Amino acid sequence: MAIEVRNIVKTFGSFAALNNVDLKVADGELLALLGPSGSGKTTLLRIIAGLDWPDSGEVTIDGENALTRGASERQVGFVFQHYALFRHMTVFENVAFGLRVQPRAIRKDEATIRARVKELLDLVQLDWLANRYPSQLSGGQRQRIALARALAIEPRILLLDEPFGALDAKVRKELRQWLRSLHNEIHVTSIFVTHDQEEALEVANRVVVMDKGRIEQIGSPGDVYDNPATAFVHGFIGESIVLPVDVSGEAVRLDGRPLNIAAHGVASGAAKLFVRRHDMAIGPAGTGALEGAISHVRSFGPIQRAEVTLAGSEGKTVIEIDAPRDRELQAGEIVSLQPRRYRIFAAQG
Amino acid sequence: MSMQSGLVSSTPQLRTYAPATDVSVAAPAPRLEIAHAQPVTAPRDLRTEPGPVRFVIIALALTFLSVFVVLPLVVVFASAFSKGIGAYLAALAEPEALAAIQLTLLVAAISVTLNLVFGIIAAWAISKFEFTGKTFLITLIDLPFSVSPVISGLVFVLLFGAQGYLGPWLQAHNVHILFAVPGIALATVFVTFPFVARALIPLMQEQGTQEEEAAISLGASGLQTFFRVTLPNIKWGLLYGVLLCNARAMGEFGAVSVVSGHIRGETNTMPLLVEILYNEYQFVSSFAIASLLAMLALITLVVKTILERRLDQAEVPDGD
Repeated sequence: MAIEVRNIVKTFGSFAALNNVDLKVADGELLALLGPSGSGKTTLLRIIAGLDWPDSGEVTIDGENALTRGASERQVGFVFQHYALFRHMTVFENVAFGLRVQPRAIRKDEATIRARVKELLDLVQLDWLANRYPSQLSGGQRQRIALARALAIEPRILLLDEPFGALDAKVRKELRQWLRSLHNEIHVTSIFVTHDQEEALEVANRVVVMDKGRIEQIGSPGDVYDNPATAFVHGFIGESIVLPVDVSGEAVRLDGRPLNIAAHGVASGAAKLFVRRHDMAIGPAGTGALEGAISHVRSFGPIQRAEVTLAGSEGKTVIEIDAPRDRELQAGEIVSLQPRRYRIFAAQG
Repeated sequence: MSMQSGLVSSTPQLRTYAPATDVSVAAPAPRLEIAHAQPVTAPRDLRTEPGPVRFVIIALALTFLSVFVVLPLVVVFASAFSKGIGAYLAALAEPEALAAIQLTLLVAAISVTLNLVFGIIAAWAISKFEFTGKTFLITLIDLPFSVSPVISGLVFVLLFGAQGYLGPWLQAHNVHILFAVPGIALATVFVTFPFVARALIPLMQEQGTQEEEAAISLGASGLQTFFRVTLPNIKWGLLYGVLLCNARAMGEFGAVSVVSGHIRGETNTMPLLVEILYNEYQFVSSFAIASLLAMLALITLVVKTILERRLDQAEVPDGD
């Protein structure tokens, strides 16, 4: 089911959690809401679920106004960060809950409920845990049960709040891939919230990057990584080298020294130069835009990571650069650096 | 001394490190610097008090407990049975005694039921919603604990008494509150109000609202959410509160004494009757009824301990 969110504003006291947010989610999409804590992503998810109400704005699910319905009437599957499994019920009863509380008129008979729960537990590959209590499960198992429980009501949309946030790194990786293949299988429109960029880029079809209650960029994972729309997105997604520069016309200066790169239309004045670590080419001294001394080199796998100290009038700036291992770098070497790909954003404020 | 050795043996870490400096067994190489950094020469476990000090402290605590708690309890039962079990049972079978027991059970039933409902509502409001005046409400809940029970009783006299605000109206309509069951029940409800709410608030705050939110998003109505999710989660805490509430309701003296009017066979609860009989030198009867209250206390203690254990284990429900 398609979801549309228009002009959503939500404040908590004097804190603006959401500031005029617009978002369209197409049917069958797997969308990630990515942002640091406090960016409003969870609030947006809760508003779509009906667990929070916006101060103003519209939410439509499949064309109908969702704000006239409470959370229990929206038929939205919600998976909580800390699972929120019913601790006094077995796994089986947890999954069956949504079916058992249906109004008598449409409630299925016991045999149908049992069959459906069995089917869902098979889907999350945990049918052997049916009689356990949530406290007897591992984090990853709990999260999968929470998902099965949310799917039991045949949700029109599935919302996941930091679904892997409380899990350790390895389980997290496994569950990510599993979630994506599950989505391929059942194709329900899904939105998940995360602060982990890797998770968002790896799992989602589309990524919505949020900061301070606003949407900074919406795009495919490749898009937000390669063509960040704002300084925030560039800094938040992927590792970036950030240098303060001055722009005048097309000329870009770092600490008074001109860099032979173009400003590409950024307004004159203070600005920030963003370069990915692996987009900085290292060459012999005197050949590039920047110069510095390598203070430390670490090699692992296909790359070597060099710490380069740039000398400037305002003290030293240390940046980290990833270089291929075709030429081994030495600590103490003086090298020059040339950004292969870079972005310049006018400094804010 | 056996206590001390027991304590030391329960701290095996120190045992292995401490003697390593002056015993010929060489310490493992990586730990050498630790031994150098702090030569351990203490003849005893430094993390606890010396044996004699501990002995004195424990002895003081035990003596205090025996003199002020165990001894009185023993005296109650000894006096109750001083003329034999026949006299004891006869004292309990007196119509006055039976009336008092009946009244006490009735008042406890009323006040526990009311406080169960009010307590859940108050705890629910405090732990699940944000609103202005919340802190004030929490403070207010504790008021019955901080006010002398006699004052609590007096409040009702001032309200419903013949000279009170509502007294004349009540008299005109022939409604009896003071010196009757309603007054006693009201005073008891007031005095025992905090127990259920107090037991539930921390529990419900800790559990948060996530499970309720999950239930609602799964399509449950408010009532279904309460009976299927909230109530099962708080049942042990609720029982705990009810138990303490009941114990206090049955044992309340001060507030009830002010509003009861001491009408024999009609408005005397068990604690009031104990006092009256005692003042009339009917020691066996007095202590017989007192022994019932004492037994209630003992049962309460046992059940309380069990419930506390259940509360601690609330995370791990066994197969029920």
